[in-house]
Amino acid sequence: MSGILIFDPLSLFFLVVISIVSLPSAVYSIGYLRGECAALKAVLAWSLLFFFVISMALVVTAGNLLVFLVAWEIMSLVSYLLVVFDTKNKESVRAGTIYIVMTHIGTAFLVAAFLIMYKHANSFDLAAIKNACTTMPLQERNIVFLLLLIGFGTKAGIVPLHIWLPYAHPQAPSHISSIMSGVMIKTAIYGIIRFVIFILGVNSSWWGVLILILAVISCLVGVIYALMEHDIKRLLAYHSVENIGIILLGVGMAMFFLSMNMPYLAVFSMAAGLYHLINHAIFKGLLFLCAGSVYKATGTRDIEKLGGLIKNMPQTAACFLIGAMAISALPPLNGFVSEWLTFQAFFMGILTAVGGAKLFLGICAAMLALTSGLAAACFVKAFGITFLARPRSHYAQNAKEASFSMRAGMFFLAILTAVFGLGASFIIKLLAKVAGAATGINTLGMNFALNNFGTLDVHHGKGIYLSTPLLAFVLIVLGITAFVIYRFFGRGKAVIYKTWDCGYYTLDSRNEYTATAFSKPFRVVFSFFLQPYRKTVKIRDSFYHIKSFTYETHTTKVFKKYVYIPVLTLIFRSARFMRKIQPGSIHLYLSYIFVTVLLLLFFMRKF
Amino acid sequence: MRKIFILLNPVLFIAVSPLISGLIARIKNNIRMRQGQSIFQPYFNLSKLFSKGEVVSETASWIFRTAPFVVLASSLAAALLIPVFIMPNPMCRMGDFLALIFIFALGRFFLALAALDAGSSFGGMGSSREMFISSLVEPVACLVVLSISLQFGSTNISAFSGMHTVSVSSIVAAASLFLVVIAETSRIPVDNQETHLELTMIHEAMILEYSGRSLALIELSSHIKQMIWFYLIAQIIFPIPAPMSLNLIQLFFWLLWYMARISIIAAVVALVEVSVAKMRLFRVADFLGFAFVLAIISTVCAILGV
Repeated sequence: MSGILIFDPLSLFFLVVISIVSLPSAVYSIGYLRGECAALKAVLAWSLLFFFVISMALVVTAGNLLVFLVAWEIMSLVSYLLVVFDTKNKESVRAGTIYIVMTHIGTAFLVAAFLIMYKHANSFDLAAIKNACTTMPLQERNIVFLLLLIGFGTKAGIVPLHIWLPYAHPQAPSHISSIMSGVMIKTAIYGIIRFVIFILGVNSSWWGVLILILAVISCLVGVIYALMEHDIKRLLAYHSVENIGIILLGVGMAMFFLSMNMPYLAVFSMAAGLYHLINHAIFKGLLFLCAGSVYKATGTRDIEKLGGLIKNMPQTAACFLIGAMAISALPPLNGFVSEWLTFQAFFMGILTAVGGAKLFLGICAAMLALTSGLAAACFVKAFGITFLARPRSHYAQNAKEASFSMRAGMFFLAILTAVFGLGASFIIKLLAKVAGAATGINTLGMNFALNNFGTLDVHHGKGIYLSTPLLAFVLIVLGITAFVIYRFFGRGKAVIYKTWDCGYYTLDSRNEYTATAFSKPFRVVFSFFLQPYRKTVKIRDSFYHIKSFTYETHTTKVFKKYVYIPVLTLIFRSARFMRKIQPGSIHLYLSYIFVTVLLLLFFMRKF
Repeated sequence: MRKIFILLNPVLFIAVSPLISGLIARIKNNIRMRQGQSIFQPYFNLSKLFSKGEVVSETASWIFRTAPFVVLASSLAAALLIPVFIMPNPMCRMGDFLALIFIFALGRFFLALAALDAGSSFGGMGSSREMFISSLVEPVACLVVLSISLQFGSTNISAFSGMHTVSVSSIVAAASLFLVVIAETSRIPVDNQETHLELTMIHEAMILEYSGRSLALIELSSHIKQMIWFYLIAQIIFPIPAPMSLNLIQLFFWLLWYMARISIIAAVVALVEVSVAKMRLFRVADFLGFAFVLAIISTVCAILGV
């Protein structure tokens, strides 16, 4: 694998992921950009998209640290330009600033890790580094691992490094959001697999455990924040944090099992993680494209102002529903398969691991179940409030179906969610090869699927099967049966009438349940983490009469408040302190130089 | 013969399921010193609903119309996974214990959407509460499944149905699952099936807008779902594997025993329902937290091998 570019199974897999989302997004952008911006700016958008995709492709194929870093920087910078694409919007500029700062902090850690690697190998070539890493002392390996984890973790949006993600992803144009959330953050997963597992080699079990803990936290934090969010694109961005967590559960388990020397389980969990990776790319891409259509049709991203869109935009609604079902892991779509595989990886781990590891893996599995339950709740909210019932505003009332090219992009991805769900037994075979290549394990004797009914058979001899085609067939047949029963007994007629209003007055859209109300139980139960607070403003005519009353409820962003703000305050305070020694006098500066020279001379003599 | 049993398996399961609801209602009434309804009342209700016309809200979309079919299909698919008297169940190719939880989630997802669809506040409230409770139920159910499966190394339901021994772990798991089942089948400390008060209702609020045949389909699917959960608990506490081959006399006694086990669970549920008061919604989190702790204890016991 020497040379500037490498094309091994791992790289090819990521190239597939990149193209599978980028192509429909590019098609989608034809319709999306029309009328959004001036013709010249549309050309700019197209060329940025082109550079963005190329740089990502370069990142996952780079065979040389320098090429990797350059591609990584181009990717970050181009995506920054795309985040601030809507320059008139102050939000965009702010989001872009947070993004560019965070991504460079990440890059700084990567550079540090790469320098240590370079020191050992005396070469930037990945193959040479892989060889050199075998002799690297344990302490240094640990440091490199942590540096890489922080560096890539920033890009992936692992909690607590996720803060840029919910700001930056929604601000970009929707087809870019879909690529950023669907693909770009996956390049960080690529980095972790390539540099930590493939090159560095896992030798301590705490690496995997650390990643599992971070993954579980990311899952829960991502989904809980998503539940609180009513900006549809930001909601989806928070779900990316959650899904990165689920992917990392697979990857972390693979690392854990690698260090435990359990090759079958390592390959299997890695394949589960990669499966969820490609699935997330598909359904998150799809959801962002649908959200973009909604935004273009209504001009708002606030789901409280939407509603009833299923009547005006039936095809977008259907696509969003499919995406929502896939991300909520409902059978027989693709999200279900990969979550089931992750659960099975946990189960096998519980069976074969020893002592406390069993319980740890069991609790991780339970947390994954909690996450998927919360995700389902979140998407009932997102789909139900946005598309169902009555329109809550004139934006929603006058919405029009998306243009043909936009729908084409969405349909393509919607079909893929079904393909990746039903074709699970074929895909898992390919992914096992990729996982084998990434972990350096020979997968020839390993088989995760049976050929009849497209059955997954993950644990040989234990009789654990899953056959999504059969399940889908059974569900469809039973659904038709139910319909036949319905028709057969159907003597009474269906009457279309108003919704039952308890006999008071006619219901209108103000009586509908809102997203805020929907998420109230979650806000109460997770209040220890969310720290909700209320703002009420009363405007009075007189002492007795309140003219208007506004009520707002918000949640505290814990990581921002308790981690980032204190650090920023500290930096600003020390900067202010440092300013005292910089009064602008030439004499002082000369004396600084003199002192520095003296110190340097002293230093050189001493060492 | 075997083929007949394969076909009979889900049919019998579905046919018997409303009886359990009737039995619970009857026991509750008797404990309350009332005359009580016939235990066949759920059948009468279903047949009445099937012959009635239905009202569909004008604000509702196709989601509202199709949801009953999806809900029933998901419950029936789950019922196919359960072996009543066929061992091993040939449908186990379709999925395992974990898939069962996800299949239930499919029906619930559509029901919750349909509840939002009609645009009344009741539906939204029910859907919000249902998703809230179900998202807390899922980790407990998952951990219980893992803990039970640990004992015989498979998440296959047929393998689970052939379980022979009762251990400390399985008893604790059953206790935890019992709390889950109370939440899942909308029984009293968590929900109340009998009232239509906005303070108490969760499941009933979701299906408030349904009437006639659609309501019948949804009711039937909740009966089936309840039957499945009861079966799972019964199988943990009274583990008797289904016989591999059956003649008619054996079949009769086997069915009697089968119904007896489930009736015991139903009786316990009825007792719980009359003896405790409905909880506040936010205390359900504590309730299920307790169930989660039980599930962890059961997992630890399973790991220790007791």
